[in-house]
Amino acid sequence: MKAIITVVGKDQVGIMYRVSGILAEYHVNIEDVTQTILQDYFTMIMVVKIDESKSSFHDVDVALHEMAEQQGLSIHVQKEEIFDTMHKI
Amino acid sequence: MTIYKDVLETIHMIEKENLDIRTTTMGISLLDCFGRDHKESAGRVYEKITRLAERLVQTANEVGDDYGIKIVNKRISVTPIALACANTTEEWLLYAKALDDAAKAVGVDIIGGFSALVQKGCTKSDESFIEAVPYALAETDAMCSSINLGSTKSGINMDAVMKMGPLIKKTAYLTRDTSCFGCAKFVAFANAVEDNPFMAGAFYGTGEAENVINVGVSGPGVVKEALAGMEGATLDEIAERIKQTAFKITRAGQLVGREVSSRLGIPFGILDLSLAPTPAIGDSVAEILEVMGLERCGTHGSTAALAMLTDAVKKGGIMASGHVGGLSGAFIPVSEDNRMIAAAEEGCLTFDKLEAMTSVCSVGLDMIAIPGDTPEDTISAMIADEAAIGVINNKTTAVRVIPVYGMKAGDKVDWGGLFGSAPVMEVNRFSSNQFIQRGGRIPAPVHSFKN
Repeated sequence: MKAIITVVGKDQVGIMYRVSGILAEYHVNIEDVTQTILQDYFTMIMVVKIDESKSSFHDVDVALHEMAEQQGLSIHVQKEEIFDTMHKI
Repeated sequence: MTIYKDVLETIHMIEKENLDIRTTTMGISLLDCFGRDHKESAGRVYEKITRLAERLVQTANEVGDDYGIKIVNKRISVTPIALACANTTEEWLLYAKALDDAAKAVGVDIIGGFSALVQKGCTKSDESFIEAVPYALAETDAMCSSINLGSTKSGINMDAVMKMGPLIKKTAYLTRDTSCFGCAKFVAFANAVEDNPFMAGAFYGTGEAENVINVGVSGPGVVKEALAGMEGATLDEIAERIKQTAFKITRAGQLVGREVSSRLGIPFGILDLSLAPTPAIGDSVAEILEVMGLERCGTHGSTAALAMLTDAVKKGGIMASGHVGGLSGAFIPVSEDNRMIAAAEEGCLTFDKLEAMTSVCSVGLDMIAIPGDTPEDTISAMIADEAAIGVINNKTTAVRVIPVYGMKAGDKVDWGGLFGSAPVMEVNRFSSNQFIQRGGRIPAPVHSFKN
């Protein structure tokens, strides 16, 4: 299943490392990454594929949110369809 | 980079502009709940609701998490109780309790459907039901009630309208300890719709299937933000932008609604896109009118602006969803909209202007606090006026007014939470007594004869 992960927060060392570490732990494949710094704010969007035979969307979601809370980041993990339906006719 | 922009736009709508799915409402038919006596029937009502809605709250929360859009309310609407459980033995409270207990057992916010349809006349059962409504509202927490008093096809049942003033005043008195909150759970309708997912007026029509999921989507904050920065734009450009935004919001709702229905194995009914404000800052319908260029909501031009808004929202919604239904448009509940509260306090938004605006919004006079000593006939007359607007213009209209016990115009009442607070509004002091006491029926308008 494809999901979109959005991370926004004050730029700091190791954001990418932490996010991708958790994803690897849960067997989530990163298919695309786009990242920028907007006025000191780190903004990253990842397109990922969750292997549902190995881990559930819910577990990945919870693990990422725990990390985000500790690091003071805002993170969203959402199934891809929401963006397709809202922005494509 | 398109995906980048789209993703950020959606995240922005959710985080900053209060985009949410306002409600998933499960409609449940109670037409097969007759038992040998009322106790058994009420037991069946409770059993059926708790069985079918057992997983509603959990499923809605899971779907909300998956798509990152919160489903704020989980609700249930049922077949109008006056039909499903018709009786003349004054056992209505048994059913009210059954609904209330069932709602609490499955963890939904509100259950609607303690309702009667009397647009053409009252049965004996309906008459005893109307008598019981104030007590039912006073003795339950999560249950909402509504009565349909008129329709374009049948005209207005003025005998029943006459009874609404006393009903509302009695409810206010019985719930005076909670600032007459019982009245906030009662709606008097004309042209009520059978698939409305929004409360307090939701009930589940008799023409519906056994069990469906209806979804109500909101998002006044998103529409307002979409219009920000459009200084100098013409009104057609504004209408176009509203339409596009309504489309996106509706699509999100459609996806979430279909997912909830498929996980529960229950058919998807309709999607209702109604801009429904909440007291939260930035979640206001009045603010949209102000962004359009009115100094305050309620000034001259407000009706035109609201008409355009309601229409553009409907157009965007219709394009985005296979089955748009319910009320779809814009709600103007005074106490739930912080810019409307401010406009009312400043004297810009008056009762009469609100009545005019209801002719183009999607429902009617909503969450308006009026003086506690407002005569019963005056309240009935407000309902008659509103029903006339609905019946003649072929639209749904409703009245949800709260005569706040012991308060007078200018005082302020606070219900807290989603229901907000409201200034008590001045009403016309001249009597409508003789008109209301005539009773009878206002005949259906000429344009209802389409056969």
